[in-house]
Amino acid sequence: MAFDIEKIAELARLNLKPEEKKKLEKDLEAILSYVEQLSTLDTSKVEPTSHVLNIENVFRKDEVKPAQVRDEALKHAPLVDGKFFKVPKVVEKE
Amino acid sequence: MSDNLHQLTLKKAIEIASKQSAQPILKTLTERIKVLNPRINAFLRFDPEKIFLPSPAPYPLPLSGVPISIKDNICIQGRQTTCASKILAGHVSPYDATVIEKLKNAGAAIFGQCNMDEFAFGSSSETSAFGIVRNPWDLERVPGGSSGGSAAAVAADMAIAALGSDTGGSIRQPASFCGVVGLKPTYGRVSRYGLIAFGSSFDQIGSITKTVEDSAILLNVLAGHDHRDSTSANEPVPDYTQALKRDVRGLKIGLPAEYFVNGLDPEVAKSVQAAAETFKKLGAEIKSVSLPHTQYAVAVYYIVAVAEASSNLGRFDGVEYGLRVPAKDLREMYFETRDQGFGQEAKRRILLGTFVLSAGYYEAYYLKGQKVRTLIRQDFERAFKEADLLLCPTAPTAAFKIGEKMEDPLAMYLSDIFTIPVNLAGIPAISIPCGFTSSNLPIGMQLMARPFDEETLFRAAFTFEQESELYKRKPNL
Repeated sequence: MAFDIEKIAELARLNLKPEEKKKLEKDLEAILSYVEQLSTLDTSKVEPTSHVLNIENVFRKDEVKPAQVRDEALKHAPLVDGKFFKVPKVVEKE
Repeated sequence: MSDNLHQLTLKKAIEIASKQSAQPILKTLTERIKVLNPRINAFLRFDPEKIFLPSPAPYPLPLSGVPISIKDNICIQGRQTTCASKILAGHVSPYDATVIEKLKNAGAAIFGQCNMDEFAFGSSSETSAFGIVRNPWDLERVPGGSSGGSAAAVAADMAIAALGSDTGGSIRQPASFCGVVGLKPTYGRVSRYGLIAFGSSFDQIGSITKTVEDSAILLNVLAGHDHRDSTSANEPVPDYTQALKRDVRGLKIGLPAEYFVNGLDPEVAKSVQAAAETFKKLGAEIKSVSLPHTQYAVAVYYIVAVAEASSNLGRFDGVEYGLRVPAKDLREMYFETRDQGFGQEAKRRILLGTFVLSAGYYEAYYLKGQKVRTLIRQDFERAFKEADLLLCPTAPTAAFKIGEKMEDPLAMYLSDIFTIPVNLAGIPAISIPCGFTSSNLPIGMQLMARPFDEETLFRAAFTFEQESELYKRKPNL
């Protein structure tokens, strides 16, 4: 199993330190080779599980209700500007 | 009597508190935590000053002001909720989880938040960013995980009862290691609103208690449909305490053959076999059943649950809450925040989950996993045509040594081999003490039932518990 840790870490938005990269790569390869055993099962006629209890779709009315959560939510943000979350400038990677 | 208030069961604590006050119980527990927590580290936070006791006494409410401790992945308004992760250190929840609201409405005092594996990723409570938890029966051993803090707190009489969460065994396995009662209700039985998500198709909140009766008392409070959790079930909630009958006559209890194979510790096997004999003696019918796809359960779980986890943990990016590591641009901020905020096991699972969902691998892994999950569910459906309950060990061994499995993630994952199938199928299960090893470590057995049949679980567990009286045994601390 070729596990491209650089690519996966990029997709997962994770910087990895060089020393942990090696260990994680080894661990993940071991886990993936363990899960390989599933390929021995013929599942061509099996439906994948979508919900364990076969619950139907749950709908609710699309109604606007007053909520006072904005200030509460913003109170715990790392950085805010008025009523907005503030983030660093979004720039193209060089 | 007042000296032993910490030893009270929930049932007894309610009796006393409803007549007088829960204040002396709170005080005794606080004193005990001050002495024991530095050794066990079961609590991340407890602040007796902030405990809200419903007034006035005597309390007409079902829990009468009795303190309940909470695993630190369940949101409590105005209090820190960290999932034992650096990425949420200092984060204060702006709202109550539904279970917290229900506990408060029932008159509980929300008391202390329990340590756990980071984001519930682990089976030993060693991945907490705020220090490992130790097993009250042997401080050199793990309490199990991920709800290890909740289980250790109850076992050490630092808590009357506690809430935990169970995605692959995280309530039952630590309950087994710590010699207490752990209930994972049916998927959807208890609202997950306000439980910080790990594997959304597996996660379920449940309780860790000293007795089966306490477990039934708490489920009465916790269970029920919640419009804020669309996966919560709209099933009627019975009075679970009515199921506590000391009678298993006519019950069919199946022993799944695949759970009694190599890798199972001989002392554990012997203890669970003896429990089966006890049930037989009391009038239950014991029979052998087969769950042929058991060997694939861990593999399915470590595809599907990590896929869900990697998706659920996408929200921790330094923007809206928790840690933010300043960086030159937004992209770098994401990468640095997640690098510094997540521990090793969280990173491992995020990477694995990202991989199994990535283009070109989705069908071979995630879809395959969900198909085999169907086969495992069908195994249970067939077995429950022959038996009312299934009985097996909760874990293949008693509590293992601290550090023993930390370098080998696969060995750690396999310690949940008997609990994971239950979450794959969404059925309810309970772990109760069934014996002790020669070195005085608790052994737990697991009973599993059909969906929404927690009553039969309680009936059988209660009968065994009253017969064995193992709940009376306490660790030497």
